[in-house]
Amino acid sequence: MSEPPHRRRAHARSSDLERYAGLFAERTRVMRSSAMRDLMAVTARPDVISLAGGLPDTSTFPPQTFAAQMTRIAQESAAEALQYGPTEGFRETVDCILEVMGAEGMLPDPDDVIVTTGGQQAIDLICKTLVDPGDAVICEAPTYPGAIPVFCSYQADTIQIECDSEGMRIDELEATLERLDTEGRRPKLIYSVPTFQNPAGVTMSLERRRRLVELARSRELLVVEDNPYGLLRFSGEPLPPLYQLDGGDFVIYIGTFSKILSPGIRLGWAVAPPPVMEKVVLGKQAADLCTSTLTQYFVREYFAGGIWQGYVESLAEIYRGRRDAMLGALRRYFPPQASWTEPEGGLFVWATLPPYIDTSDLLAKALRDDVAFVPGQAAYVDGRGRNSMRLNFSAGKEDEIREGIRRIGKVVAEQVELYGALTRDGTDPHMPAGEAEDMGGIDSPSNPSPSISDSSEADSTVIPFRKAEGA
Amino acid sequence: MKVAVLKGGRSLERGVSLRSGARVEDALERLGHEVLPLEADGELVKRLLDERPDVAFVAMHGRGGEDGTTQELLEILGIPFTGPGVAACARCIDKVLAKHELRGAGVPTPDWFAFNETAFRELGAADALGGLEERLGFPLVVKPSRGGSALGVKFAESWFDVPEALVSAFSYDDRVLLERFVEGRELAVSVLGGEALPVVEAIPREGDSYDFEARYEIGRTSFICPAQLSETESAAVIEAALAAYRALGCSGFSRVDLILAADGPQVLEVNAIPGLTDTSLLPQAAEAAGISFEDLVGRILELAGAPARA
Repeated sequence: MSEPPHRRRAHARSSDLERYAGLFAERTRVMRSSAMRDLMAVTARPDVISLAGGLPDTSTFPPQTFAAQMTRIAQESAAEALQYGPTEGFRETVDCILEVMGAEGMLPDPDDVIVTTGGQQAIDLICKTLVDPGDAVICEAPTYPGAIPVFCSYQADTIQIECDSEGMRIDELEATLERLDTEGRRPKLIYSVPTFQNPAGVTMSLERRRRLVELARSRELLVVEDNPYGLLRFSGEPLPPLYQLDGGDFVIYIGTFSKILSPGIRLGWAVAPPPVMEKVVLGKQAADLCTSTLTQYFVREYFAGGIWQGYVESLAEIYRGRRDAMLGALRRYFPPQASWTEPEGGLFVWATLPPYIDTSDLLAKALRDDVAFVPGQAAYVDGRGRNSMRLNFSAGKEDEIREGIRRIGKVVAEQVELYGALTRDGTDPHMPAGEAEDMGGIDSPSNPSPSISDSSEADSTVIPFRKAEGA
Repeated sequence: MKVAVLKGGRSLERGVSLRSGARVEDALERLGHEVLPLEADGELVKRLLDERPDVAFVAMHGRGGEDGTTQELLEILGIPFTGPGVAACARCIDKVLAKHELRGAGVPTPDWFAFNETAFRELGAADALGGLEERLGFPLVVKPSRGGSALGVKFAESWFDVPEALVSAFSYDDRVLLERFVEGRELAVSVLGGEALPVVEAIPREGDSYDFEARYEIGRTSFICPAQLSETESAAVIEAALAAYRALGCSGFSRVDLILAADGPQVLEVNAIPGLTDTSLLPQAAEAAGISFEDLVGRILELAGAPARA
């Protein structure tokens, strides 16, 4: 019996699965699926208002500009744009990157830059270059959910350092480094999203930035600064990136065009000291030879138009309105027991609920009202974050965001009321006033289940904390 | 024959259902049937009326598909369907109702108490929780009455864990049960046309039997089929499983989950429409009995009164 060629291969039988299982690499054991993944599958239903994704708004990019640029590429550079390119990327793309980094005050040596397939590949290549199984990797708590599967797939021992409203707690970092010292271990890298962090929305203060950079320098440790959102600032004064403070000796920088132009073109970059870069280039060669030539041509054309900064500003303006809509709705619809960050830029708000609410379970309830968010657990390797959630404000329109928050607020209020009835006490014994600064890093250390790896949920941002009105 | 495969829906087990459905579609095609894949959405009834399939293969799990709703619709439309009927589905999906039926029929099931949200919100049921320790003892398991897989199932080691576990369980249903925790081997007996297939045993790899989520993750639990049981054990387990299947009025196929404790088997629940994905237990059990997935699908069709092959 012949099958149509497009048909899915007949599914493996269970005995086959066992046969394959014997072939799986040890590292796949830490790539877990979980009940939460099933929940996230439901968030993709079309009738759901999803505050779960990390999608930038691409709807305002002018189609005529897009069409004109692609036409010009086809007419003038078809053969080159369809050909392989250098592993490091085109020099012209690097020039665009220098422009973007220059806008945030950085002046890297063009030879230190590699063009990657999105910022995500840069994280992967850096880990591939530095991390052996069992090596310590340090990151924030909570951290970018999309970085967790990368750390896991290289079998890193991931250690998360608590964040507060000023970003990563450097005192806790120092204590951790001391402890590792006594164990004779040196962490391979310290991963941070210092500006408008994904998922918490917080921004590392200038003082902590300086301390982090000094710490890296004095201990000769590598900091990986992931900065997808730096240019999407709505309020407050810009802070110097870690890369600028350090000068590029002990800070590896990751940037991306995803949030300032398009995630679909899959263009990101890394900047690293030459000895590290040499290895990263070899890793990149093994992974995919080179980044898409066609989209590099697109970025080159687009930047030649000289309008990229105006477009980023227009995006920031749209996101500012959406952030305000979300914060307003949170104040209006979330109960006083909840707290959340107030980001000065980026794409995300991080909300923390009383510790007796598990946001994975809450998501199941919220989905009955057709609304979704990312449960905080996705941003931790150790089961913490169970009472927090990440809320995205870049993807939806303002009225959708308000309606989404209203629906989530309703189910949260129901849970709070129910717990009150269960304990015969309307107040929450776990959460005395003033504990709202906690980013959700409380709670039981239990089963690790890093899980969300969908690109739509993987990308995220940061914000400062603020207790709900009346709390 | 024209076979509609009903899948998807709005339940939390939508993802599993889509995988079950896709696999069933493949098998039906190989059996020579005309396959009509149908997503269970607002267009479902209209499409069933337009297409008039000879039989419907219900590959839906959880609410909407496994609770009798879809089955009722199919009855009204006069379309024969696979798996248990309306009443059996309604009993199985509701663990509390199922446990009452089991107990009434003399099938062993762990002691429990059930509460609905109103009891706590309006009747002050919290004051009755004090009796739990005496009646059930700790540890105990808190579950939503209607819920699939491990979602919302929490283990309460002490009194202190109970309110939080209840809040979680109430996220999935307005009725929850608190069940005595029974220590023992975790077994699943798939029943096909009233006969038991080889027993599957689930063994958590990391030794944490309290981590319910782990049970559903490949690599964290190993499944052994057929389970290593003595003849007496095997007979007792199968007897309990078949008794549960009958007590709840199942037909076609179903899966009975139970614990084999020191003093014999205790039935936890019956899944009216268990998963049919490549990692699901029913197909695994069928295979251990020498029944390929294709034959399994064919047999399920026959049990619905339709020919296995076109």
